[in-house]
Amino acid sequence: MPLLFYTSSVIAILATIMVITRYHPIHALLYLVVSFLAVAMIFLSLGAPFVAVLEVILYAGAIIVLLIFVVMMLNLGTDTATQEKQWLQPKVWIGPSLLALVLLSEMVILLMQGDNADMQVTPVEIKQVSISLYKEYIIALELAGFLLMAGIVGAAHIGKHKKKHLHRFLQEENLDAENKKMKQVEETVNN
Amino acid sequence: MSFYNSQAVLIVAAILFVLGLIGVLTRKNIIFILISIEVMLNAAGLAFVAAGSRWGQPDGQVMFLFILAMAASEVSVGLALVMQTYHQHKTLDAEKLRALRD
Repeated sequence: MPLLFYTSSVIAILATIMVITRYHPIHALLYLVVSFLAVAMIFLSLGAPFVAVLEVILYAGAIIVLLIFVVMMLNLGTDTATQEKQWLQPKVWIGPSLLALVLLSEMVILLMQGDNADMQVTPVEIKQVSISLYKEYIIALELAGFLLMAGIVGAAHIGKHKKKHLHRFLQEENLDAENKKMKQVEETVNN
Repeated sequence: MSFYNSQAVLIVAAILFVLGLIGVLTRKNIIFILISIEVMLNAAGLAFVAAGSRWGQPDGQVMFLFILAMAASEVSVGLALVMQTYHQHKTLDAEKLRALRD
């Protein structure tokens, strides 16, 4: 139904505006959930139920949870919100947003110039999608598997809590500095 | 079966993409930049699904699956980098991260 599509797209746009203007990270993430759910509704009304389900499970489920965990681990609270308030002055955001809005209006004008085809939505079946995925796009699917594997290994490697390794010259300097400190302490004790 | 204006879907996708772009350009906190990149990827996926639905072909949904896999791996690596920068520099300000090595 077109009404369903229009209401959910208005909700998606409003929620996304709220996402990029919030100061507190958790509030932004909650509005992001609303935005993803609205986009899932758009997918459902466009006749793509499988993609709508994936949007809810993976975007609104997994990715948001990952972001929330990081926000909780870094302990971003009201301090971050006040800092964001300082950073987000009008003179910072007005220039880029005006330029981006000009680009958006150009794109909207270009889109309006094309022939206004009324779209007849017929739901694409999941069976069709999966046959196409495993027949024509099999190489791309394997490459996506490679990408996920590399993502897991990369995240595990980067996120490892490393000790700070200094170069050996720097280490010697540090040792010298520590020795000097020790000598000073000994001298003061002796005196 | 229902009828849509095919331009409206693409305009919604373009608006969402530009909102994400504004977020990337104006925010300084790395976590907000990551969130805005997610919004942009989602808008691109919306355009793909709309095009696939316009022609009644499954290719748009297949492309959305690939975008989803890419977004998942991107956000995991990006958040690992965020944790690492926070441990080493004690800040999330993107402008403070100017040195290539510590």
